Amino acid sequence: MPYHSVVCVKQVPDTANITAQAMKDDGTVNRAALPAIFNPEDLHALEAALEVRERFGGTVTVLTMGPPKAAEVLRECLYRGVDRAIMLTDRRAAASDTLATSYILSQAIKTIADRFGDYDFVFCGRQAIDGDTAQVGPQCAEKLGVAQVTYMEELLRLDGRTVVVQRNVGNGWEVVETSLPVMITVIDSANQPRPPAARKVMLYKRARVKDEVVGEVKRGMAEDSDEDRQAEIQRRLADLKDRSLLIDQWDLDDVGADIQRCGLSGSPTKVYRIQSIVLTKTGYKEVPPTELGVRELIQELIVDHTLG
Amino acid sequence: MIPVNRQGEVWVYAEQEGGILNDVALELCGKARDLADELGVSVGAVLAGHEVDGLARRLIAHGVDRVYLTEHPRLAHFQTNSYAKVLIEMIKKHAPQIVLFGATHVGRDLAPRVASAVRAGMTADCTDLQIKDVTDPKTKQTHEKLLLQIRPAFGGNIVATIVNYDWWPQMATVREGVMPMRDLDSSRTGETIREDVEITAADMPLKLIERHVEPRTVNLKGARVIVAGGGGIGTKENFRLIHDLAGAIGGAVGASRAAVDGGFIGKEHQIGQTGTTVRPALYIACAISGQVQHRAGMEESAKIIAINKDREAPIHSVANYGIVGDANQVIPIMIKALRERPAAEKNQQPS
Repeated sequence: MPYHSVVCVKQVPDTANITAQAMKDDGTVNRAALPAIFNPEDLHALEAALEVRERFGGTVTVLTMGPPKAAEVLRECLYRGVDRAIMLTDRRAAASDTLATSYILSQAIKTIADRFGDYDFVFCGRQAIDGDTAQVGPQCAEKLGVAQVTYMEELLRLDGRTVVVQRNVGNGWEVVETSLPVMITVIDSANQPRPPAARKVMLYKRARVKDEVVGEVKRGMAEDSDEDRQAEIQRRLADLKDRSLLIDQWDLDDVGADIQRCGLSGSPTKVYRIQSIVLTKTGYKEVPPTELGVRELIQELIVDHTLG
Repeated sequence: MIPVNRQGEVWVYAEQEGGILNDVALELCGKARDLADELGVSVGAVLAGHEVDGLARRLIAHGVDRVYLTEHPRLAHFQTNSYAKVLIEMIKKHAPQIVLFGATHVGRDLAPRVASAVRAGMTADCTDLQIKDVTDPKTKQTHEKLLLQIRPAFGGNIVATIVNYDWWPQMATVREGVMPMRDLDSSRTGETIREDVEITAADMPLKLIERHVEPRTVNLKGARVIVAGGGGIGTKENFRLIHDLAGAIGGAVGASRAAVDGGFIGKEHQIGQTGTTVRPALYIACAISGQVQHRAGMEESAKIIAINKDREAPIHSVANYGIVGDANQVIPIMIKALRERPAAEKNQQPS
């Protein structure tokens, strides 16, 4: 039987490869200078969904939320063979914490079910490297009212509406069986993500979401009249649509979201303070082997949060 | 979300498996005690499982006032939905202001689902928690005695302090081994309250087919703090000090090859080229000279303290802090200083 998988993916700053160019003079990180990448574990979630389709048939829908430039990760998914890509972008969703994000994504997943048919799997990467929270998957599952299986190492069997999954439990593993639909978070040892297919790259490198087209026309025709620009936007959108290269773009109204539960107003957690860690070693300090010396050292480690 | 309630308790999720409490649950009991004392409220623990009532006493001895105990045959094995149901019902009924979980595989699976259901804020993987009055820079309104949730973020390149402006409960997972476990006080008293929660087949969407769990062994890779001893410790008896310091600081025990070869400790604790490579937040090298083979396994630690009586020992060249002295004399001073850091003041810091 064919299975419909929805995969949630995210574009993140590459926090793992901080180069000298991304450092400010004071030794702290300049976030804007970090390259944006496909969140690594989301590639494993995507691979899991593509494998289900290959082994058992069905379709794969990929969903991302972010600014229009995050459409790059959707193109990466098209290069790897997804059937459908959806971009959720809306300024009112900015500053959403995990609770608000999972609310918005769950609304989008419900909308996907309404428009394209019920889903059997929701696959997410275990966590995103910009926050490392691992919360959005389980929170989406709760909001969708489906079971969750976290830390998937291997999808062992799929038979009708029953799936058997091996999951990592830290100091070992367990095999669990559950009924579809289910939300699964995937860890990086689960599979080897496939590279982009060259033929699909040629085909989809021109795929765009609407806001990317708007941005490109505004930059490219800065001297022209607003009327001309609007006409060009409409022309390009119609052309992309004809060639099936227009990626679906939704806003919060399209997914029926309660605006109060999105963005800042829907986010209980707020960042109160950010302290950058200076990456260079702070040099050598000699501490006298006395009670006072040791006490001061421990106090120093508590103040800089090395010790709790 | 639940109504803001200044008398709300500080709660700990008492993670247990097969009737054995996870160490992090006991570490959290001590931290919850400190937080609750600052707030002037009680500490509660949610204990769920099958035939686990015997664990309540240990929680109380580690600082808990009230144990909310839910026992059910269907809770014999952890699964997210059934355990989440217990916590959701308890939170709605008793309205705690803070709920803490260990940042274990279980805690990080369970806590977000619970937070979503009660529409609470949730911060993952905290390394420090404090109570403080906070003024919201946007509204200029001051919120009294909020929980500061402090955690590394952005690949460990920044430390973020997260708050919930009067949006209850404030929930967080806390990294294992960061909060020091308090000494057990068997004379402490507290109460155990049985809470019946109906667990139906519908609350059990997963069927456990097979489970393979290694006994918890040395987890050097995941340790945030490592205390390592070298050949200079001298004897197996003296090496006990390394374990004591690790216990006092909430860290794991490591060793140099010389200590392993000397028979002070097992090879699974060896750090270096032929052992494990580690990069904890804090590495304390005690009486380790710091041969290149050892340094290769630990020099990427965020902070290194070297305790060695030889000022010229190469370990000092990779250290942030050097204590030139006999480790067997310095370690007891360090244990004393760690144990005596005052509970209430220890989190005060200039801001």
